[in-house]
Amino acid sequence: MSNAAYDVVIVGAGIVGAACADELARRGLRVAVADADVVGSGATAAGMGHIVVMDDSDAQFALTRFSQQLWQELRPELPDDVEYEQCGTIWVAADEEEMIEVRRKRDYYGERGVPTQVLDAQALYRLEPNLRAGMAGGFLVPEDGVLYPPCAARFLMERAQKQGAKLHLGVPVAQIGRGQVRLADGTEIAAAIIVNAAGARAAELTPGLEIKKRKGHLVITDRYPGFVRHQLVELGYLKSAHSVSGDSVAFNVQPRRTGQILIGSSRQYGAEHKEVDHSVLVRMLQRAQEYMPGLAQMSTVRTWTGFRAATPDKLPLIGPWAGDATSGTAGDATGDKSIFLATGHEGLGITTSLGTARILADQITGTKPEIPVEPYLPSRTAKEYAHA
Amino acid sequence: MVAAARAAECGVRVGIVDDNFRLGGQIWRSASDHARTNDARFDDARSNVSQNNVSQYQNNEAQNTEASRSAGWVRASGATVLCGLRVVHQPEAGVLLAENLDGFCELTYDKLVLATGARERFLPFPSWTLPNVMGAGGLQAMVKSGLPIQGKRVVVAGTGPLLLAVAAYLRKHGAEIPVICEQASWRDLAKFGLALSVWPEKIIQGIQLKRDLAGVPFASNSWPLAAHGQQILESVTISRAGKNQNIPCDYLACGFHLIPNVELPLLLGCGLSNGCVQVDDFQTTTVPSVFCAGEPTSIGGVELALIEGQIAGLAAAGHASEAKALFPKRQKGRRFAQLLDRTFRLRPELRSLPSPETMVCRCEDVPYYCVRQHRSWREAKLHTRCGMGPCQGRVCGPATQFLFNWNPDSVRPPVFPARVETLAAVTGQSQRQHSEVTGGQS
Amino acid sequence: MPDQITVTVNGMPVVVSSGATVAVAMVLAGQACRTSVSGQPRGPLCGMGICFECRVAIGGIPHCRSCQVLCEPGMEVTTEN
Repeated sequence: MSNAAYDVVIVGAGIVGAACADELARRGLRVAVADADVVGSGATAAGMGHIVVMDDSDAQFALTRFSQQLWQELRPELPDDVEYEQCGTIWVAADEEEMIEVRRKRDYYGERGVPTQVLDAQALYRLEPNLRAGMAGGFLVPEDGVLYPPCAARFLMERAQKQGAKLHLGVPVAQIGRGQVRLADGTEIAAAIIVNAAGARAAELTPGLEIKKRKGHLVITDRYPGFVRHQLVELGYLKSAHSVSGDSVAFNVQPRRTGQILIGSSRQYGAEHKEVDHSVLVRMLQRAQEYMPGLAQMSTVRTWTGFRAATPDKLPLIGPWAGDATSGTAGDATGDKSIFLATGHEGLGITTSLGTARILADQITGTKPEIPVEPYLPSRTAKEYAHA
Repeated sequence: MVAAARAAECGVRVGIVDDNFRLGGQIWRSASDHARTNDARFDDARSNVSQNNVSQYQNNEAQNTEASRSAGWVRASGATVLCGLRVVHQPEAGVLLAENLDGFCELTYDKLVLATGARERFLPFPSWTLPNVMGAGGLQAMVKSGLPIQGKRVVVAGTGPLLLAVAAYLRKHGAEIPVICEQASWRDLAKFGLALSVWPEKIIQGIQLKRDLAGVPFASNSWPLAAHGQQILESVTISRAGKNQNIPCDYLACGFHLIPNVELPLLLGCGLSNGCVQVDDFQTTTVPSVFCAGEPTSIGGVELALIEGQIAGLAAAGHASEAKALFPKRQKGRRFAQLLDRTFRLRPELRSLPSPETMVCRCEDVPYYCVRQHRSWREAKLHTRCGMGPCQGRVCGPATQFLFNWNPDSVRPPVFPARVETLAAVTGQSQRQHSEVTGGQS
Repeated sequence: MPDQITVTVNGMPVVVSSGATVAVAMVLAGQACRTSVSGQPRGPLCGMGICFECRVAIGGIPHCRSCQVLCEPGMEVTTEN
């Protein structure tokens, strides 16, 4: 049983926890990270690893854009096994109605300085000949990319360790209190600030957090290099990610550097077990085959599931935790013994990990954040309740 | 095969599924009748389905006859034979999803007998990935599949009775065997030889083998250190009597005993004990409608598999008392399995065989020095992709289990690589669910 | 059924006895079945269809385990990278 004193203990060694550890250590803080599993586990191990700018809301756009730029800056330092590829995203429009959405996105992204390209059908098929015939066009975001998340998390964590960060892996975190984290084996890790970056498990450790598990399925094929060149997403993806209830699937495929193809995506609420749900898998794969019929004959090597951490307003929680009303303790943004949150990233954890780390570290150290943080503050939900 | 035959004789409807193009599993593969089976049918059948991939490690003329007899027995019993079909998933209780070269089908069952057999254990050593380095059973399978071996030099190495059977087989087909390297100690082998006296049929087999292998050097306490060659195998260095010896050869037939194929049982929820499928006296697994027989329950060879198969078939068909009659014979067979286990345990020196650059995961080319840094199978898999290739960890899993004492992961579908369209197939009950829920986006 | 079958391996004709697998044809042709991720030549290992080392493209279809496929006259086999 050790009683080391740190400035910050981060619960969760996934990509968000690793990015936060890296950023905080870089700023000279003494950092510890605790996780029941290995670095880059949880949703980080299960997800697609895409780096994508999304415009579901202004706040989402701001955070994803900010983070995407950070990834581009980091890119030269990333080792080979992170497999960063700037393959770009093509949002595929199946009909004219979706092309209207394409043009809306062009305007929106254009106003904010993100390079994009509207693709008519001809241009779309030149870029992605294996899409089924009859598509109306697409929206290309060339600066989006993909990477292999567990190795990205490991890279960030190793950088943090080089700056003195310490890892406590393999023992579950039993409790987060003010000023200390207690592990299941009784070890207590003391620190002025605790960061809950526990993803889908965050609500277990911070009661009152409105985080629901949103299960997803993925399938990876054998190697078929050149079959798909960009991350492809159907525009209906937004409708899928949008819904706050019900199960949905959406066409989403990604080329890996290995030539394997990652096929997604699905969303379910209320599914707690991690076994593959065959009926969901079937729907997801059928949707994928609808968009790319050539997938049908491909050999699949693995299927798996993961749990995204979803918040009610689809924005992550990044900042000090206000505490629940019944406890009567108001959290303070500065000063001793605070709990911060860096969780609730739903399907954008990989993308926004770097931006999250920056604005979290800004809040912890009292620096002016590079982007406005109000939309991501945990206290925003408290305000909503106050108005209700 | 015997499970299917027995069950069919009890009057139940039986289907037997084998992923090879002919019945017989691994060792009996070309020994069963040569006619390509055409009576595969793909309709839903409520039946007892037996997936049979019986893997043996002894093979001689008598076995060939026995294999043909068993195949004949299966056909005569009226069981439906489905060859070239591989089970990949169980999407819902009682429904198996299976795939072949052309398509897929759904097999429904009330009772299931799993006889998924075993595979060889491979251990990495320098340049073991060179073409013409194969498993012991692997090279034998290739020769049975038409590979000419006349006049070729073959070093046989590893551990287990399979080595002798393979060496004898190869020699009979004209191969020259410079040496058989068995890593077990002379003392353990001597004890094994003495213990065999309880099984007269094995003594006979032993004598036969000795005759077949007259003049072939046999070295105990011996193992491969490295393969050599530019693009293809040219020679092997072995450790023998404490000294290194380099032997030019055309093939290296190297396998370290057998690993039970427990992937499908695990997918179906069957419990394991000591890495093998746990079964009760009637070969029932921890899942009531699923039976298991042969190597997945314990590596015990052909005789034990035949007994267990019959017990499983009879029990699955509801004929418990007939099954009981076979219990004493099985007891004897199980003792042999324990003897095998003791005799052919892997020695610790084999953990030092790989050099830092030796590939551990052949699918993803992950070298030893990368894998070794990690503390668990899961961590290694996530960070190096070891085990994420198409073999799904069947080669590197047992190797890393031995090298690092790692425990494997849980099993997920597909239990064998399957086409997207197969996994996307709407089966049975989910067919009804599917039409209720809107497919794709709303 | 003829005793001998001719298939092509990377364009070269190879003669095998009927009943032989494509993996056998590869070995007879002296060709590695595939090149591994890091560029190593690979051929059959397990002989029973579980190791995936013997994969070739048959008739243009990639990732076929050659030890599990019987040769048929005129089959076109190409190696994989």
